[in-house]
Amino acid sequence: MKALVWHGKEDIRYDTVTDPQIEEPRDAVIKVTSCAICGSDLHLYHNFIPAMMPGDVMGHETMGEIVELGPEAKSRGNLSVGDRVVIPFTIICGECDQCKRGNFSVCQRSNRKADLAEKVFGHPTAGLFGYTHLTGGYAGGQAEYLRVPFADATHIKVPDGIPDEKLLFLSDILPTGWHAAMQADIQPGDTVAIWGCGPVGQMTIRSAILLGAEQVIAIDMLPERLSMAEAAGATTINFLEESVTERLTELTGGEGPHKCIDAVGSENHVSFSQPDTMYDRLKQITLSENDRGHVLREMIYNCRPAGVISIIGVYTGLVDKFPIGIAMNKGITFRMAQAHVNRWTDDLLHRIEDGQIDPSFVITHKVPLSAGPEMYRTFRDKQDSCIKVMLQPA
Amino acid sequence: MSFMLSQLANISRSPGDPKVIETGPSSLKPADSFGRALGWFSMGLGLTELFAPKVLTRWLGVEGKEGLVRAYGAREIASGVLCLSVNNDYGAFSRVAGDVLDLATLAAAYNDDNPKKRNVGLAIAAVAGIAIVDAIAGQSIRSLHSRKGEPVRDYSDRSGFPKGVGYSRGKASGRVPQDYHATPAAAAASPTTGETSPASADLILEVSA
Repeated sequence: MKALVWHGKEDIRYDTVTDPQIEEPRDAVIKVTSCAICGSDLHLYHNFIPAMMPGDVMGHETMGEIVELGPEAKSRGNLSVGDRVVIPFTIICGECDQCKRGNFSVCQRSNRKADLAEKVFGHPTAGLFGYTHLTGGYAGGQAEYLRVPFADATHIKVPDGIPDEKLLFLSDILPTGWHAAMQADIQPGDTVAIWGCGPVGQMTIRSAILLGAEQVIAIDMLPERLSMAEAAGATTINFLEESVTERLTELTGGEGPHKCIDAVGSENHVSFSQPDTMYDRLKQITLSENDRGHVLREMIYNCRPAGVISIIGVYTGLVDKFPIGIAMNKGITFRMAQAHVNRWTDDLLHRIEDGQIDPSFVITHKVPLSAGPEMYRTFRDKQDSCIKVMLQPA
Repeated sequence: MSFMLSQLANISRSPGDPKVIETGPSSLKPADSFGRALGWFSMGLGLTELFAPKVLTRWLGVEGKEGLVRAYGAREIASGVLCLSVNNDYGAFSRVAGDVLDLATLAAAYNDDNPKKRNVGLAIAAVAGIAIVDAIAGQSIRSLHSRKGEPVRDYSDRSGFPKGVGYSRGKASGRVPQDYHATPAAAAASPTTGETSPASADLILEVSA
């Protein structure tokens, strides 16, 4: 089959690889109908997340049709060949203590390289598709076929009659944006500031509005992203043109936002006007820091006392100059996680069906899978006003 | 090379995992590859300058300037690190700046008192040539990744709310699950009465007990 394969830093190739095969009784194989490039794929593209190996198949936003089922996947999951499914980026057993509590992204059983993860994280997290050997080294879904471990628990069954464009993002960015809003505990009347208007930021903005936030403030530097944020009713701040702190102060009557959400993560923009970003980048280049912490610092500084900070942007390791003293004295609550996708998808599918949200708004580029390598570069460089790339195998 | 590494990595893959049979087109462009090659060249030259400065000072007839050569070696390594990073355009341009410094230093050594004047002349010619290559590489990398001059698309018609923002606003209001409440989640466990502190009476708590 054809697949997008990691070969090294900034080196993604459209390769011919062997077809995936059923290994365990709970496995399934799907024929991929649509997949996407995620912002967090760029961390792998840049080789900022360790433990990738040449030959790893990329991708964790995938949907398709079941073509082969292990015996237990069939009996336990009420699955049949031909079923249409969206595959979340997290692989879940559905049976461990964490899964039973709805903490699916920290499933205790699905990471097949738990020993390796334990050494880095202390305890293993869930297995993820196409996302480093620290999270199991599972092949990803930017391919024609995908093996889905624990398929009976992992899959999201979706109805016919709704186009892929509306359903694909149940795999990651829609529930991830929703999770960010849930973690922030958004209440009607809240002012919510969201750093980053990439695909996850856009979904977070819509989630905050669905949850009844009175004012949503979206922070980014790219005009096309800001125009998309404004389309949903957000007030925007272009941090290259104005001071984030001054604008947030002005927009909140000097009180600061009730809830701050980080939809940026470890690779925030580096600019001369924000000296700490230069400092972080220098440390990152010299391997003395993993993550750039500018957004975290800015959120802590601007958040209203006793407010909430929700972190959904991906961080990979160590961050420097973290102002814990300000956070502690202001009584800020932090909540963070990789999204527990399956916890939210029932609700979100109904909202899509009801017309409350249509996630396809975010797709700016729809191309064949073969264009994947080129689109990685376009997406990374933000060329052609690219916000979200949807890929379809031939 | 990468194909061989992917074959090696197959040792750790399970039987059902896909394995590379044939590699295809890459996202890595020649300008980036060349930028990286400059990075490795910088690392090699920098390490030589840092650890074997006498080889260079002897050849250039500037014995006694080993400290300066070592400092230039450290600079060269810093440029190499930048060239090997995702900001490799800055790496290439930092090499250009280094080349200018090298040229100025070599020009000072290009005099009749120097018995190795001919070698210095050769070095000046080489560095001048490399400076041109570095500048072209930096410019090529920058234009490959730049979005300057592109028209910016306007997505202000993409609300994501098919029935309008007004229809969707607040549709999920009050749907944050109990275990996701961040603020007074302890309210039920530790109710306030105002008996000990009047300030604790009539609190406005976002979460009902």
